[in-house]
Amino acid sequence: MPHPVSPTGSPRKDDEELPDAPAEENKENGVKVEDLFNDDSDEEFPTSTGQDVKMESSPAPAPEPAPAPSGVDSDVMLAFYQRLFPFRYLFQWLNHGIVPTRDFGNREFALTLQNDAYLRYQSYPTADLFRKDILKMNPSRFEIGPVYSTNPRDRKTLRGGQMKPVSKELVFDIDMTDYDDIRTCCQKANICAKCWAFVTMAIKVIDAALRDDFGFEHILWVYSGRRGAHAWVCDPRARNLSDDRRRAIAGYLEILRGGSQSGKRVNLKRPLHPHLTRSLDILKNHFAQTTLKDQDTFASSEQADRLLALLPDKNLNDALKRKWDSSPDRPSISKWADIDSLAKTGKSSTLNTTTLRDAKQDIVLEYTYPRLDAEVSKKMIHLLKSPFVIHPGTGRICVPIDPRRAEEFDPLSVPTVMELLAEIDAYDAKHPAGTAEVEMPDVEGSAINGSDMKGSGRKLQDYEKTSLKPYVEFFRSFIAGLLKEERTVKREREEVKPTVKADPMEF
Amino acid sequence: MIRQDAHRIDPKRRAIIDPKKRQFAAPIYKQQDYPFRLNLYDTPPTAEITLEQFEQWAIDRLKILAEIEACSYRNKSPAETASHITPLLQKFLPLSSNTSSATGALDQRLKNERQKDHYSHFILRLAFSATEDLRRRFARAETMLFRFRFQNDDSRERRAFVESLNLDWEPVSDEERHEITESLASSTPGLRRVDDETWYKVDWEKVPELVERRTVFLKKGKAYVPGREQLSMIMAEFTARLERSLELTSRALPRLDEDDRLTPILNHLSKNFGSAESVYSEGEGHVDGTAITASSIDSLSQHFPLCMRNLHTNLRKNHHLKHFGRLQYTLFLKGIGLSLEECIIFWRQSFKGKTDDEFNSQYKYNIRHAYGDVGGDVNRRGRGYPPYSCQKILSDNNVGIGQTHGCPYRHYSVDNLVGLLQSTGVSDKETLRGVREDVGKQRYHIACNRVFEYSHKNEIKKVKEDGTWTQADLDTIVHPNTYFKRSYLLKQLAKAPGRDA
Repeated sequence: MPHPVSPTGSPRKDDEELPDAPAEENKENGVKVEDLFNDDSDEEFPTSTGQDVKMESSPAPAPEPAPAPSGVDSDVMLAFYQRLFPFRYLFQWLNHGIVPTRDFGNREFALTLQNDAYLRYQSYPTADLFRKDILKMNPSRFEIGPVYSTNPRDRKTLRGGQMKPVSKELVFDIDMTDYDDIRTCCQKANICAKCWAFVTMAIKVIDAALRDDFGFEHILWVYSGRRGAHAWVCDPRARNLSDDRRRAIAGYLEILRGGSQSGKRVNLKRPLHPHLTRSLDILKNHFAQTTLKDQDTFASSEQADRLLALLPDKNLNDALKRKWDSSPDRPSISKWADIDSLAKTGKSSTLNTTTLRDAKQDIVLEYTYPRLDAEVSKKMIHLLKSPFVIHPGTGRICVPIDPRRAEEFDPLSVPTVMELLAEIDAYDAKHPAGTAEVEMPDVEGSAINGSDMKGSGRKLQDYEKTSLKPYVEFFRSFIAGLLKEERTVKREREEVKPTVKADPMEF
Repeated sequence: MIRQDAHRIDPKRRAIIDPKKRQFAAPIYKQQDYPFRLNLYDTPPTAEITLEQFEQWAIDRLKILAEIEACSYRNKSPAETASHITPLLQKFLPLSSNTSSATGALDQRLKNERQKDHYSHFILRLAFSATEDLRRRFARAETMLFRFRFQNDDSRERRAFVESLNLDWEPVSDEERHEITESLASSTPGLRRVDDETWYKVDWEKVPELVERRTVFLKKGKAYVPGREQLSMIMAEFTARLERSLELTSRALPRLDEDDRLTPILNHLSKNFGSAESVYSEGEGHVDGTAITASSIDSLSQHFPLCMRNLHTNLRKNHHLKHFGRLQYTLFLKGIGLSLEECIIFWRQSFKGKTDDEFNSQYKYNIRHAYGDVGGDVNRRGRGYPPYSCQKILSDNNVGIGQTHGCPYRHYSVDNLVGLLQSTGVSDKETLRGVREDVGKQRYHIACNRVFEYSHKNEIKKVKEDGTWTQADLDTIVHPNTYFKRSYLLKQLAKAPGRDA
């Protein structure tokens, strides 16, 4: 098992800390330790949690020695939730404020447990209860759904169709597997720095469109943990979009039509829409760098044939084909240049330069334009993996990406959970603060009021000892911006209220 | 008409005005003066009308809406609908433009017309806000009525009306337009000159179709829309407002229970709207001269519409149907003339896995109930409930797992639907493509009729040539029992040529 933690450090740590957390909750909530480990009843939610857990063949929610299928074992997972996961910020992000509201309380969470059971319609009234339940269930990951009109846990007490999704962040999902036919370096689940460039350009294009065209400002980009990225558009206006408006945005952003068998997939009308002109400007250089140099996409003869199939003029194609067949190892960059140079020689009498230019633009877009999983964006009820959870396969944390510095993001340097736990140990070894060490796991949960966050006397939180710190801080500043806007919106709403006319149905 | 009596304190206004100043205060609502022919129905009426007017106006408007809905249901073209509706509108709900009178909007006749239009709209709102289904249909029919009137309006008056709405449409200044000329030109197809159009800035959410097709310029959340897209924007605005206020109305509706004069009228109205399209009288589906027995159902099932055929196949396959499937199918069988006794025999034979006791205790009662053999007085007198119409079957949007009732065109995914159709012998590519298209546009009954026309194309051709059937006999089918009857008769005609002649 890849466990980089020093063999003496980590087990000792776990032994010491695990009993601590339940003991703490014991004091706070009056739950007996036995109850906490007993999976068929939870004092807080006697009807809902208990039921659901039983339905899913009663997975033992407490730390269970059975290894997760991935390589991140459940002890590590639990230690991560206890010590590093930013529950407080996640709460603030979804709650849009400090005081718990419906935005958080009626939000659906879906938990994937260690035994791969999938629990939908979980919800939590406060950040504390959220943290407590996550620690109890110790899911391998969890997803975030919409805010419903009622508490999702009550759905069975309601008649059909009464529980409706009310709002959710507008989300986008970019996955490298959609790029398999145009990347030459890796396939399937693998990525490298070369093909991550596709995600980088997707982030830039989508981010620009969302900001400039749709006027959204609070867009959180998150690394999906392996080979993709998610966007969460958190502006109030975006959260309240109905499904058909979401579909409209997805349609606006989508230009690749059809599968790998359907020939030319980008067929744009001219003149190009400003969104496409801008995207093309962003993508041109990436095409030159990534597609032509790094990926050397057109090097193989099959790929070169496909390129030819996208060009409009038959005579030109024949000439190009002859040339490329004679020098099989010609790199993509030269082949791309050949198109123009041969076109200029005037060998083809039928050539229309405008059509050629348009076709070349279409090709640039086909090979670089973001490939979105549009279905994810179209439906409010779609679930998406939460930021900051661990990707069970890689052990990497789903950290936020700063879109302004998208190029600097390197997915392979994102910390894994094992590295982070080792960093805490290393830090604690260097700064033997004595008493601090034992109490540390509770800081995240109990210091939620945040009053003692500033000043010299506060305890260092565990994430601050690790390379997760910049990511959590980025998340925090993102939330701060969001909350600020939220406050002004609320104030406006309150100001508008008195001027609203009386109930229009009053005769 | 407004009560101006200073001694009576209007309970609704009590809190708003300081009682000391009350006698000098202007009334909070005022008589509407209807300066325009069109009305977005934002302000509810406040004047008093008689109970007779209340009922009569509502019924008149209801007639119009029912006709409009019927037209769309029969898939008539806009021109056909217009020619059908115009005389009815003249008769029941005339609404003249200002130019039709010398004194313009001041003419009392125009005022009366507009008042009737205004009031009847709000009365029907009350009647149709109770269920989501009614709200949706009402909003649809009202939108179509509004569109029809809007298009027919005098262009000058229309412009004045649009300007009076105070919509959140910000005109784009010349300077700004100048700056973004290029973007506007490249994002708006079919545009000749940017300067020829009046441009408006609206929230992009108001024009989702334009955004989805990428045919509008967007900047910071605002869509720059040319004036010619006005109609679609007004329609969207009208529908959005109406849907929102219908929601509100439905919430306020329970309070109306206190009034025992209006509630019965409103209930009556909403029932009428429900039956306006499912025109089906008892015995209509019966086929004369054919004794239908339990044993003949199998052979007759080839004439069944897809929904019933699907139920029949499932019944034969699983020897069971769930409750709503049984109900839908039993009523249909009743409609084609299967007697109660035969029906019980049919179900008894179909439920092979059940003992007699189980059958009698669990299923028999429901069959007898559907035939009106048992149950309350009303049920017995009405001889059970009528067979479900397409509208009724389509409006069930809760078909769950293992349930087979409902309309396959609506409740199946397109691919499964096509598979089902092919299993019933419809494999013509053109027809299936048409079905896909119809279903995509949510015109399920059109898809069903398309299949009917395909599978009876020879017979239909024949009767048309013979002249034995007129176009009216081949109207769009909106009831499963009509489907059966027509299918059965057509095949009989084809089998026995010359019998009718």
